[in-house]
Amino acid sequence: MSGSIIVKGARILGAESQDVLVRDGVIAQMGSDISEQGARVIDAAGLVALPGLVDLHTHLREPGFEQSETVLTGSRAAAAGGFTAVHAMANTSPVADTAGVVEQVASLGDAAGYVTVRPVGAVTVGLKGEALAEIGAMARSRAAVRVFSDDGKCVSDALLMRRALEYVKAFDGVIAQHAQEPRLTEGAQMNEGEVSGELGLAGWPAVAEEAIIARDVLLAEHVGSRVHICHLSTAGSVEVVRWAKSRGIAVTAEVTPHHLLLDEQLVRSYDARYKVNPPLRRAEDVEALRAGLADGTIDIVATDHAPHPAEDKDCEWASAAFGMVGLETALSVVQAAVVDTGHLEWTDVARVLSRTPAEIGRLAGYEQGIAVGAPANFTLYDDSVTSILEAGALRGKSSNSPYLSLSLPGRVVGTIHAGYATVLDGELVDEETVREAGGRRG
Amino acid sequence: MRHLLSTRDLTRDDAVAILDVAEDMADVSTREIKKLPALRGKTVVNLFFEDSTRTRISFEAAAKRLSADVINFAAKGSSVSKGESLKDTAQTLAAIGADAVVVRHGASGAPQVLATSGWIDAGVVNAGDGTHEHPTQALLDAFTIRRRFFGTDARGRDLAGLSVVIVGDVIHSRVARSNAWLLTTLGASVRLVAPPTLLPVGVNTWPVTVDYSLDDSLAKPADVVMMLRVQGERMNAAFFPNAREYSRLWGLDDARLAGLGEGTIVMHPGPMNRGLEISSGAADSARSTVLEQVSNGVSVRMAVLYLLLSGEREDLA
Ligand SMILES: [Zn+2]
Repeated sequence: MSGSIIVKGARILGAESQDVLVRDGVIAQMGSDISEQGARVIDAAGLVALPGLVDLHTHLREPGFEQSETVLTGSRAAAAGGFTAVHAMANTSPVADTAGVVEQVASLGDAAGYVTVRPVGAVTVGLKGEALAEIGAMARSRAAVRVFSDDGKCVSDALLMRRALEYVKAFDGVIAQHAQEPRLTEGAQMNEGEVSGELGLAGWPAVAEEAIIARDVLLAEHVGSRVHICHLSTAGSVEVVRWAKSRGIAVTAEVTPHHLLLDEQLVRSYDARYKVNPPLRRAEDVEALRAGLADGTIDIVATDHAPHPAEDKDCEWASAAFGMVGLETALSVVQAAVVDTGHLEWTDVARVLSRTPAEIGRLAGYEQGIAVGAPANFTLYDDSVTSILEAGALRGKSSNSPYLSLSLPGRVVGTIHAGYATVLDGELVDEETVREAGGRRG
Repeated sequence: MRHLLSTRDLTRDDAVAILDVAEDMADVSTREIKKLPALRGKTVVNLFFEDSTRTRISFEAAAKRLSADVINFAAKGSSVSKGESLKDTAQTLAAIGADAVVVRHGASGAPQVLATSGWIDAGVVNAGDGTHEHPTQALLDAFTIRRRFFGTDARGRDLAGLSVVIVGDVIHSRVARSNAWLLTTLGASVRLVAPPTLLPVGVNTWPVTVDYSLDDSLAKPADVVMMLRVQGERMNAAFFPNAREYSRLWGLDDARLAGLGEGTIVMHPGPMNRGLEISSGAADSARSTVLEQVSNGVSVRMAVLYLLLSGEREDLA
């Protein structure tokens, strides 16, 4: 069995069609009418080829919450969505605040083989916001952690945040802040505004996000560190980040697919699938986020894939868990929200979903995208189809998707990770084949 | 009427029709035999996830006067466990064969989830959900106002031309929300009076006017002054400095009572904090409708259950 693959006729970044030859884990040749003895041929006529997607914000839930997701099931969901690398958030049990836990998560990822799993380390011990976690040990571990985050919780103590921003510089790390002022959001259930007032749900005001971002960009400027802001959700946050960038502050920002497409009016149903943190905001915020992504204020799209078991969503709003799954649908939602609406070209999608998130996470191999000599990480995407999302299309363990029974454009047809296929003809390649392919490589 | 989840989606004609049926029910209550056979064979479940003896006995009396079978189901969880889930409870009630479920829940939207989940077929009546709505309370308030101002001439009428002042903890009050929607739908003008901390963001989009000063608001003509209960737990959460200041600025004390116009009535959904939002003088005065509200509550709930469960249930839908 040869490891070589020839992809025939894919539109590279949505532009001209080329053949791509993959050999020994790298892109060996690009051009027309490429052939190679014994290579597997993938007919990609009409499909868009994008560099392998990199998610900077994924909850894989293992260790500790395996009823929601495992590294393996989350990796499969990621591959099905066209991803070749994910950053696994630290809010597991035990928390990923030691070298032991991050190495365990990284090895589980390697063993599964569907994507590169890059563990995120906690900023503070146990996500408690009291003492710095062993950032240096995690950075120097086999997992080589570069992104640190207490995501799910905000590093709200200003002094601790300052120290964290300073300390990670020693390891070329970055703090990814979940910006949520805790006192302003006690018991918060949805965006605070007209709709929360009517529905009688405790409000999560925009200012609780914007105030923390404003503080943190000023802290980053003061100590000369880079800072990353998770899941921007408000127009005001876009303004603050735009201002910070204009001052030359080293801030990067992400937006989720769901904040680019959905707004708070959906909460009127009290359907807990729409319960997420930060909450769905106003239609004006959605517009501002799209514009911010288009003009580069927002650097990347990250899924905040947050699986939960059915019983945590099949209940009254206040009791339901925050979060939605998003790996499988990310590219389709991005197409619907910002490509089909004219905000982004496919080259921009490659930047915001692959090159820049890899750069923020210091993940090598994504600098050139799809180019001869680059590691073979790419996805083949049919942007011409439209379909209703069925639960069967979700490949992780949980099905808490807000898009079920909605019509979405596009479909991931193939994913190549490190030179081998993880998705072919729109179906996941089986676990054993992927594990073996991954093993041969490593 | 398939369910009664909120007053926000009631039309004027729906609301007037409910109030008119409630008038018929009130007539029954004055008879020697206070019972109608209308809902014989129907099962009404009072599903209370939150204690409220007043509301529960009101619904229970209403269902019994219509000859329905009544099951009281207190599903309140302990402080340790979450209690039985809404879904499991609903499926249990479906298996029992409940025709209507009267649900009180601490979570806003729980009755709507129950009605739209597909877990159970029964008609759902919202008996108060979190800080969202309490539609039968607003209906009984509207009924009480209509009777006080129009007496035997009330049937068929709405509340056009009347002005209502609602005072207090609007942000946390399901009663205030349900009344704001219903009374304005019925043509009344509504003024909300509260400290800014107790008004929801976005109240400027409601069909009401807002005053921070009770005295300024009471200086304008008012047919109805409705005082809301102030919950003890607000005291320690910086909504206002202390009970004394609240009472001084937003309480209906004897001096403010004495200054009310001749025909102005005083309402309170109960239970009252005497001396805090309302003085005993105000609560016990001839202007006070507090006890009428309780008895009218039974008539209104009879009307709602009747419209939900009798053959006419489709007509109002
Ligand atoms: Zn977060």
